[in-house]
Amino acid sequence: MKKSKVFWSYLALALVIYAVVQFLISGNMVSYASQNMLITMCINIMLAVSLHVVIGITGQFSIGHAGFLAVGAYISAICTMKLGMPFVTAILIGAVVAALAGLLVGIPSLRLKGDYLAIATLGFAEIIRIVFLNIDYVGGAAGMQVTHQSTWTYAFFGVFITILVISNFTKSRHGRACIAVREDEIAADAMGINTTYYKVIAFAIGSFFAGVAGAIYAHNFYIIQPTAFGFLKSFDILIFVVLGGLGSLSGSVIAAIFLTAISTYLQGFPETRMIIYSLVLILVMLYRPKGLMGTKEITDLFKFGKKGGTRI
Amino acid sequence: MSALLKVENLGIQFGGLKAVQNVNLQMNQGELIGLIGPNGAGKTTTFNMLTGVYAPTEGKVLFDGKSIGGLDPYKVTRQGISRTFQNIRLFKELSVLDNVKVANHGLAKHNVLSSIFRLPSHFSGEVKMEEESLAFLKIFGLEGFRDELAKNLPYGMQRRLEIARALAAGPKLLLLDEPAAGMNPQETHDLMELISFVRKEFNLTILLIEHDMNLVMGICERIYVLDHGQLIADGTPAEIRSNPKVIEAYLGEEVTE
Amino acid sequence: MEWIQQLVNGISLGSIYALIALGYTMVYGIIKLINFAHGDVFMLGAFIGFFAIARWEMNVFLALILAMALCAIIGVIIERVAYKRLRNATRIAALITAIGVSLLIEYTVIFFRGASPAAYPTVFETSNFEILGVKISTQSILILSVSIFLMVLLQFIVHKTKIGKAMRAVSHDADAAKLMGINVDNTISATFAIGSALAGAAGVIFGIYYTRIDPLMGVLPGIKAFIAAVLGGIGIIPGAMVGGLVLGVVETIVSALGYSLWRDAAAFVILILILIIRPSGIFGKNAREKV
Repeated sequence: MKKSKVFWSYLALALVIYAVVQFLISGNMVSYASQNMLITMCINIMLAVSLHVVIGITGQFSIGHAGFLAVGAYISAICTMKLGMPFVTAILIGAVVAALAGLLVGIPSLRLKGDYLAIATLGFAEIIRIVFLNIDYVGGAAGMQVTHQSTWTYAFFGVFITILVISNFTKSRHGRACIAVREDEIAADAMGINTTYYKVIAFAIGSFFAGVAGAIYAHNFYIIQPTAFGFLKSFDILIFVVLGGLGSLSGSVIAAIFLTAISTYLQGFPETRMIIYSLVLILVMLYRPKGLMGTKEITDLFKFGKKGGTRI
Repeated sequence: MSALLKVENLGIQFGGLKAVQNVNLQMNQGELIGLIGPNGAGKTTTFNMLTGVYAPTEGKVLFDGKSIGGLDPYKVTRQGISRTFQNIRLFKELSVLDNVKVANHGLAKHNVLSSIFRLPSHFSGEVKMEEESLAFLKIFGLEGFRDELAKNLPYGMQRRLEIARALAAGPKLLLLDEPAAGMNPQETHDLMELISFVRKEFNLTILLIEHDMNLVMGICERIYVLDHGQLIADGTPAEIRSNPKVIEAYLGEEVTE
Repeated sequence: MEWIQQLVNGISLGSIYALIALGYTMVYGIIKLINFAHGDVFMLGAFIGFFAIARWEMNVFLALILAMALCAIIGVIIERVAYKRLRNATRIAALITAIGVSLLIEYTVIFFRGASPAAYPTVFETSNFEILGVKISTQSILILSVSIFLMVLLQFIVHKTKIGKAMRAVSHDADAAKLMGINVDNTISATFAIGSALAGAAGVIFGIYYTRIDPLMGVLPGIKAFIAAVLGGIGIIPGAMVGGLVLGVVETIVSALGYSLWRDAAAFVILILILIIRPSGIFGKNAREKV
């Protein structure tokens, strides 16, 4: 199998990246700010890739992804801060609860399409945020103190597992079923695909990894507040996916890396950052509505007319 | 011969409008039957009721002895009824091979977790899907285009791919909605031969909507005629051709070879 | 008696939602776009009114008219520059562009004047008068009369004028309208102009009533006005008015019951319930996809 060779080389590349950065960090050669940027980058990649499953693969236009991020963040923070659990357990519990929230949102939203679905997911995310705002146990509007536990290792392996799972899912009959739903729901249904099931699965997988991202996010910033999970955050995540190319996993990863770097450098000028963001968004939609990568993957660019490689 | 499909008093109402009413059909195993009628007669609406896209408001659909009226489309497909669409509905951004694989989906067994964790059942399941799908592409002469995106195929091939895709879902009954629409006579002729071939090869029962009278009269054993949502005639091509009601329904449209 | 007062407050808030919702519903009816930037036009209207009254010392009604006129122009510019090219694009691309335009307006305003709120000048002495023991402020009465006047005017425009007829024709079937010799582009621009003018008016009224405006003030009322439009049945003008009023009254009641922090959630819960139970809205008809 040619493909497993490719897989092992990706794995090796990932481990090299991890080891080099980890070596630099342990040698104190990476400033605290840059370390922080790397972790933020990882969080954003996880968010982008997890939303990619919902929008890019399954074509369900969700603009409330920050809601699931909030669930992961708050639940994991409760686990570590209030219940004294280890971080890894907290990440898992946060992710599972976020996935359940995804199911909860996914099931009633299934009857909706396009614009209506978008507005409904936005509504759900706002409701989730307002619920946290009103629970005194998690600090209400003032927010909740969380100890700093996220490290490069957690962030990196979070990204690694997210990409591995989602790319495995996509390259299987289940992923094809989701793409079929995106392309033409009525035809997919007529071809024997349980469209409801796959929409719910996509929501659940997407929110699971948004939950992982939330857990790492919560333990990286000392404090979490409901205001951090408003629809501006959802739009931020949406921008990664749209800019990278609806349907392209590597595109959303590249967009997340690129935009995180830009926003880090524009940290002192938040308005300028938002103006640039919004202009880029409008221009990309007007002149390249499929995003920078379209549905292509970066690996497609290296296949010089190679044909018949079995994708399993 | 037992009835594979039995439709009794089927009807549907949209708002106050009775789009189709009192339709009775019977199809025996292995038959090739035509469904014709002027534009707006309710042919596609009938297809949509048989395949679960619309839930009928009246009547029964019995398939293989089981009632399937009002079932979700994907469940109907898994019972063994598969279809093509009048206005081609391929998955445009998927490759030709993947289009067929999508339809093969219902016949595979490996679940989501086995794919995520790449368990052995994932690999064996995917290999089987690929082999079966490629076999269909071969029959339809599309194996050379396996990696082409469906939207890049020429029109006639898109129509063939739709039939290949419908077959990959493993149907006993195949519903073809104007498969020859927009084709030239040569393409239509080739298509007729292909339909006859797959019918024998897969032991299929076929219900065909078609405007091309040559095609319908040439290959169908029996024909049902719909007009204004009601069945007005059924019989052999010869009987239909001389039926005054049918001639009146087509009013001016020639029902000749 | 306190309840009747709350009801009056709710209707005042609701009439502001209704004015914004009208623009949403008209634009959606005609080009099937959720114009996310509509809430920001409302914000711009509030600021134009603010400058007109506080800096240029204009009369309130002149300020209102100025805000409406400038917002109409802004609406048309947004449509011509950003949305016009997207007529045949996917719905997702159109929606994302609208989000982009919305963010662009908000942060451009913040860039030039900062995010701090501004205090609206007092234009009317707040005096209350009593009817049957219910205290009603003159402001509520004013807001209601202006809103009702504008809605009646809109009904007149839509049903009795040539441009109104064109708008209804285009929203019914743009291609057929084109064949009938209607200038579709101008009709769409007119729809944006009218909708944006109403949002501008709502902005000024909001400023006078709530006295506090800021560059992000349009976000929530914008989304809520959209909810009002969905509630009433999107694309249906009386639906937007009723939806706005219902939403305003419900929110005021939720606040009055002591759950003011849950007020925003109430709107979203209404949205989700209506989408699930009756997605076509109170006055809407069901449409099905052709197969």
